Amino acid sequence: MRAYIPAYELVRPQTLGEALEHMAAEPGEWQAFAGGTDLMVLLQAGRLEHRRFLSIWGLAELRGTVVSSDSVTLGCLTTYTDVLHDETLRREFPLLAAAAAETGGVATQNRGTLGGNIVNASPAADTPPALLVYDAEVELVSARGSRWLAYREFHTGYKTMQLAPDELLARIRLPRSTAGFRHYYRKVGTRKAQAISKVCFAGLKNTSTGEVRIALGSVAPVPLRCSQTEAAVHESRDPLAALAAEIAPIDDMRSTAAYRLRVAQNLLNEFLHA
Amino acid sequence: MPKVPIALTVNGQPRAISVWPMARLLDVLREELGMTGTKEGCGEGECGACSILLDGRLANSCLVPAVQADGAEITTIEGVASGEELDRVQQAFVECGGAQCGICTPGMIMAAVSLLRASPQPSEADIRNGLAGNLCRCTGYLRIFEAVASACRAGGRAQ
Amino acid sequence: MIYGTTVRSPAPRGRIQGIHFGDGIPWHEFTIVKASDIPGANCISLIIDDQPCLVDSVVNHPEEPVLLLAHPDRYLLEEARRAVTVDVEPLPAAFTIDDSLSQRAVIWGKDNVFKQYRVEKGDVDSAWARADFIVEGEYSTGSQEQLYIETNGMTSIASPERGVTVWGSMQCPYYVHKALTKLFGLGDDKVRVIQTETGGGFGGKEEYPSMIAAHAALLAWKSGRPVKLVYDRAEDMAATTKRHPSRTRLRTAVTKDGKLLAMEIDFVIDGGAYATLSSVVLSRGTIHAAGPYQCPNIRIASRAVATNAPPHGAFRGFGAPQSLFALERHMDRVAAAVGLAPEEFRRRNFIQQGQTTATGQVIHEDVDMAALLDRALRESDYHAKRARFARENPGRSVKRGMGLACFFHGAGFTGSGERYLASVVGVEATREGRVQLLVSSTEFGQGTNTVLAQIAAQTLGIPYEQVDVAQPDTARVPNSGPTVASRTCMVVGKLVESAALGLKQTLVGSGLLSTAASAEEFSRACSAYIAQHGVLRSYSQYQAPPGIHWDDEKYQGDAYGAFAWAVYVAEVSVDTLTYEARVEDFVAVQEVGCVIHPVLATGQIEGGVAQGIGYALYENVVWQDGRMVNSQMTNYVIPTSADIPPIRVIFEERPYAYGPLGAKGIGELPIDGPAPAIVNAIEDATGIRIVSIPATPEVLMAVMEGVNA
Repeated sequence: MRAYIPAYELVRPQTLGEALEHMAAEPGEWQAFAGGTDLMVLLQAGRLEHRRFLSIWGLAELRGTVVSSDSVTLGCLTTYTDVLHDETLRREFPLLAAAAAETGGVATQNRGTLGGNIVNASPAADTPPALLVYDAEVELVSARGSRWLAYREFHTGYKTMQLAPDELLARIRLPRSTAGFRHYYRKVGTRKAQAISKVCFAGLKNTSTGEVRIALGSVAPVPLRCSQTEAAVHESRDPLAALAAEIAPIDDMRSTAAYRLRVAQNLLNEFLHA
Repeated sequence: MPKVPIALTVNGQPRAISVWPMARLLDVLREELGMTGTKEGCGEGECGACSILLDGRLANSCLVPAVQADGAEITTIEGVASGEELDRVQQAFVECGGAQCGICTPGMIMAAVSLLRASPQPSEADIRNGLAGNLCRCTGYLRIFEAVASACRAGGRAQ
Repeated sequence: MIYGTTVRSPAPRGRIQGIHFGDGIPWHEFTIVKASDIPGANCISLIIDDQPCLVDSVVNHPEEPVLLLAHPDRYLLEEARRAVTVDVEPLPAAFTIDDSLSQRAVIWGKDNVFKQYRVEKGDVDSAWARADFIVEGEYSTGSQEQLYIETNGMTSIASPERGVTVWGSMQCPYYVHKALTKLFGLGDDKVRVIQTETGGGFGGKEEYPSMIAAHAALLAWKSGRPVKLVYDRAEDMAATTKRHPSRTRLRTAVTKDGKLLAMEIDFVIDGGAYATLSSVVLSRGTIHAAGPYQCPNIRIASRAVATNAPPHGAFRGFGAPQSLFALERHMDRVAAAVGLAPEEFRRRNFIQQGQTTATGQVIHEDVDMAALLDRALRESDYHAKRARFARENPGRSVKRGMGLACFFHGAGFTGSGERYLASVVGVEATREGRVQLLVSSTEFGQGTNTVLAQIAAQTLGIPYEQVDVAQPDTARVPNSGPTVASRTCMVVGKLVESAALGLKQTLVGSGLLSTAASAEEFSRACSAYIAQHGVLRSYSQYQAPPGIHWDDEKYQGDAYGAFAWAVYVAEVSVDTLTYEARVEDFVAVQEVGCVIHPVLATGQIEGGVAQGIGYALYENVVWQDGRMVNSQMTNYVIPTSADIPPIRVIFEERPYAYGPLGAKGIGELPIDGPAPAIVNAIEDATGIRIVSIPATPEVLMAVMEGVNA
């Protein structure tokens, strides 16, 4: 344990309203803390700089799935296990289920949440590419009210996002418009389980219209919806060149920029021609 | 920050203690409650040695802040056997060579118990997936798979 | 009880200019230990005493201990550790084998060389002219972290009056004992070392526990309080020993009918900053470098060199996995040059009974490598699969291949090592007829206690349940040597067998027991003997098997009492989109003498193969100026339950006359074969030639795309 634990605060608001009041009263002072699968790792390593947290894990308002005729809305505390157990999600959004199944082991899947996966804002997160190709929207709530935002607009740079200091990411909405699409997901992470992505690819292809949607993780400062590459496909330009221009992979201790680029192109090629 | 009081049930016993809010449940179990069967292997949720059941669900206790365990029902490895009588999963680990050095074993057994509750007759793929969050460096896993399969054949109810 | 922690060097090499204690910490509450507080010699005594316990002026690697702190509050202790700054004036450093050999910076001794060996057999120089083919190759292996799941830790009570006691996770209590007596300048009886339950070792707890024990004891000595010092995973991975990286160059002469004429082998390992065990690791790597083959002319030159990284140390296999990876990759290349299949080329050169190894050791065992090969090929369906893959691979993005490795592993200490150790084992009986084994051999998952108890029970003719193994405690058990080198079953087990026989003979000789007595009669006899004589105890000390000769100067003679022999076959798939190789099936055929406990023995092989799969494909220690930067389980990738293929373990049993119940050593053997077998299979699948491990996807991509370009 490399942190001075007594310096950290973790308070438990009883309702979402109470949590938002905290955040409104001292904007930027309080951060949401859900299942802890990312934040506790930083804490142990002595790298959790923020000190004051609101435990939202117990807030029932942020759990559960609502299915309407045109969308599925998920509470931000939806865990990977919840995703895997949800028949609608498995059937209509299989890339999300695939991403959930490949995130950590069972214990992590029981505690890790979709909302956490989004706001932790790791470029290597597994569910964002799936959410991006499904045209997900996110609801940002605060004491001031609520707003919906296209998820593809949410990440603005490495670990930066469209989230005001008093806002909480409360819900994720997925339009039920996946009929007629072929779903393609590949997570590349050296070993089969418990891996951190080196490249994560989610693709949708409409078998009748030819529309494609492509998103990648671990190849840019943010999980990236690759609209330039999609345009290249739709306009019959070289998609591999478009992808190379659109992503910005780096060398790090897990892999190399050259590897990430090449594998991303290989997977794109497989996706387009399979 | 002051310590805060929490109340939880560990292996059926109600316990009330004061904790730093962000203390790891792992440390609370081992140091405050003296239950050292739960092990620390990595402190980052990667190895599964600290696995417990938290309200019936498998969790890495190194990643659970103590205040989130307030009001929870916790089962640790100490709660798996019935007195001197081993659970069938434990017995199978002994017989099949599922434990070598023993340090991953408590967490591995918690993962196996959790798996068998959800899926009483798991396929080999289910076993591999169910234990994929628990690293073992001694066995190469195959004796462990055999132990879990053998525990299923032994029948009876998982703890 | 208070907690201890270690302040380490901020730089790979340099002179300490000052130590600054930051503001905001109640330093008066802390116990602070510096090099000047050490009562005896400032070293961790091992083979040569070059490694300090705490640096006093010059640091030689970036994880080197400089200062120790202790405090009752472990959270505050961590704050304090981070508040200490060690100012270091940098000195030139060396980080790779090439750096070290270049001597641009001389960082150890006169020439950066810890140790070198030269093995000569026949006349290598004149053989090249007769060769039909000469094949050269260079191969390298990376470091590997043992990654036992329990990190290192020690607890100590120490004072000038009562001496020093430590409890902790370790393989070798008497190594720790030796280090502490020297560090504190105390007599043997003033230092007591007790092994507690140890969660894995694999060599990683062979010598580094002496360092941690020393630190815990110094803090206890100075504070007057019990001190607990436990490493977290990041510290354990970064600071403690790992497998030596290596580079091997091979030059091989062969005839057109595939007979080895000559081998010239240059083998270099990176020892890190201090000598520690490098000379011994180098020795084993050197002796195994020419493999289980008959070759009339061999020259092996080997060196262990210094770099400014934490010292590399023992890890299962101990030098042999490195040199055998090179050899077994190279044998595939030589086979290809001659135009023979890999298995056929090897078959033509297997060493036979009566032939000699590189060191001139005559193989007296009834070895039959060809039989092991046949079995492995059959069990793996090698020929049919290889043919099928060759047919199916074109046009598929996932390609499959088969590879094999043939190898051996010497059991026990090298050369005269066992003679110098002169290990002692005791067997003691109680009035109730329970038998206790007094050994310093430690259990850390290999089954030491089970197997030694089994040997004693069988020898005495009593049930296994009637035998206990004493907790390894230097105040109670004799020095039966370190728990390393696959020596415990074969060497210590043999001593248990003879000590147990001695105990039985004492009872028989005193007329209390017939030779074919029941367990009840044995118990009654023990009770009667103890009533008459007080104590019933028997000791046995190591004696070399007859006809064993070793010349340390020339590196010639009988390197090991016995070898274990093996042929492993790997089936792999390589995804040419992601460049990921996976092991799909694995067959491990070996001859380790008689198998004492089939479940434990199978577990040893499977576990070793799994570590070998990690070594071959996944486990990549990322270095930056001598420091491991990926020191987390998340970023240092070992195989999970989803990555291990079926492993079929087959033992061909041939009793070894000088082993207990006919057994030889087993623990290290299985780490030697997987890496070359797997990389050979990758070449079979893809045609690409990988010469270094780990063969990560990034490495495969570089080579594969290079080939395509």
